[in-house]
Amino acid sequence: MTHISMTVDGVRYDDDVEPRTLLVHHLRDKLGKIGTVVGCDTSNCGACTVLMGGNSVKSCTVLAVQASGMDITTVEGLAGRDGEMHPVQQAFHETHALQCGYCTPGMIMSAVDLLAENPDPTDAEIRDGLEGNLCRCTGYQNIVKAVREAGETMRTARHATPETASAHATRDEVTT
Amino acid sequence: MIPTAFDYSRPTGVDEAVHALTDGGEDAKVLAGGQSLIPMLRLRFAAPSMLVDLGSVDEMRGVRDDGDALVIGAMTTHAEVLDDPLIRAQAPLIAQATATVADRQVRHMGTFGGSLAHADPAGDMPSVATALDATFEIAGPSGRRSVPASEFFVDYLTSALEPDEILVSVRVPKLAGWGTHYEKFNRVAQAWALVGVAVAIRRSNGTIDEARVALTNMSSTPVRAHGVEEALVGAPATDESMAAAGQHAAEGTEPTSDVSASADYRTHLATVLTRRALGTAAGI
Ligand SMILES: Cc1cc2nc3c(=O)[nH]c(=O)nc-3n(C[C@H](O)[C@H](O)[C@H](O)COP(=O)(O)OP(=O)(O)OC[C@H]3O[C@@H](n4cnc5c(N)ncnc54)[C@H](O)[C@@H]3O)c2cc1C
Ligand code: FES
Ligand code: FES
Repeated sequence: MTHISMTVDGVRYDDDVEPRTLLVHHLRDKLGKIGTVVGCDTSNCGACTVLMGGNSVKSCTVLAVQASGMDITTVEGLAGRDGEMHPVQQAFHETHALQCGYCTPGMIMSAVDLLAENPDPTDAEIRDGLEGNLCRCTGYQNIVKAVREAGETMRTARHATPETASAHATRDEVTT
Repeated sequence: MIPTAFDYSRPTGVDEAVHALTDGGEDAKVLAGGQSLIPMLRLRFAAPSMLVDLGSVDEMRGVRDDGDALVIGAMTTHAEVLDDPLIRAQAPLIAQATATVADRQVRHMGTFGGSLAHADPAGDMPSVATALDATFEIAGPSGRRSVPASEFFVDYLTSALEPDEILVSVRVPKLAGWGTHYEKFNRVAQAWALVGVAVAIRRSNGTIDEARVALTNMSSTPVRAHGVEEALVGAPATDESMAAAGQHAAEGTEPTSDVSASADYRTHLATVLTRRALGTAAGI
């Protein structure tokens, strides 16, 4: 057993884990963060995407011990304290960017990661930025639309009211 | 599936890491970003007794200017390589090829050194390092040694690294005044190269002085296309000479046939992609 300590969605957890434990299993089975799902056995689908130290990673391809000392954000940590959805979640909801919803937690986390680096991506940049996430239902059109609209909302909010927008504006802030 | 059980150590320095690896015995293995190793552990294609995680060895991270070369720490992630101003300015071939590696998530974890140490002939970094004549700086129980790219890749998933050695950094000569290009062909986003071609070319006025061409996924290691290189020396920098030189691309290679492409198709791709890469690198 190896002792690890990590912050997940703003809460610090200390645990002893077997070194072979995958981060996604630690999150789901030990910490109850079942919003993050497993979709494949080959590191291809991206359904398990979370932010680690602010960067998107496939949590099925990270050992829990590698994440020790890190700040993790899962899809469960995106909404505001009052339960208000993150602009990316809201945009997925409004543009019908999901059907079965299995890819959605990973898609949303990858979109948050992409928009933090590139707040105003072109459609081609959105498609390229989400290449690590597979969706077997939607055909991607509405996912691209949702990310475009979320980007717009986040840019406008940042522009209009910097103080309130900051609650959602960057991935760093949602983890605090 | 989940990996078989293993012991875990997380050293903070190169020497400490070499000790851990030696102490761990024959079945101890290095863990870098884990983006090739963890999928193999999960499928139980690999079952090491111990993993030595290099994630906290800070001296192996980052890019440094060393006169006529850049020194890239093996633990520098693909994403850090892409963001690095020295790489962009002095080794654009690496930046261009790195942008085609996998996807954002994998690039956040996977490392420059890991993708070389893994020695997958379908990987993009091995052929790039081969075209750039990079030198590999290695640490082991008996000290440090340097290995040129031409000797580092030994066979499929096999490098010149001994089981108790660590790739510390890679020295990449700056090619001031050269044109470079990486041409990669794959079927879908995030897929590995069916074939890739890394090219560096130096020309004066209308003539090619020197060319270096290395191929991804055309043999069990990355290979230099010597026939192409020889055909180009002293040739005029024209479409015709690029196309003629490109015809030599597959000479001496041993491409495989698999579900994605037949060996014949790979041979054809090598010829076409080499012509395109040469033209772009030479600016014509
Ligand atoms: C979905 C997916 C798509 C991918 N697509 C591509 C692609 O298109 N092109 C491409 O080039 N790569 C691709 N990769 C692989 C990726 O580039 C990995 O980052 C890389 O192959 C391994 O780097 P790593 O740091 O993750 O190494 P690890 O997985 O940690 O290690 C790989 C191997 O190298 C050894 N090793 C690592 N570092 C060292 C060191 N410093 N010294 C000694 N031994 C070491 C390990 O022991 C292990 O055997 C893909 C991976 C995935 C999951
Ligand atoms: S479950 Fe992690 S990539 Fe598919
Ligand atoms: S909505 Fe079903 S996989 Fe994307």
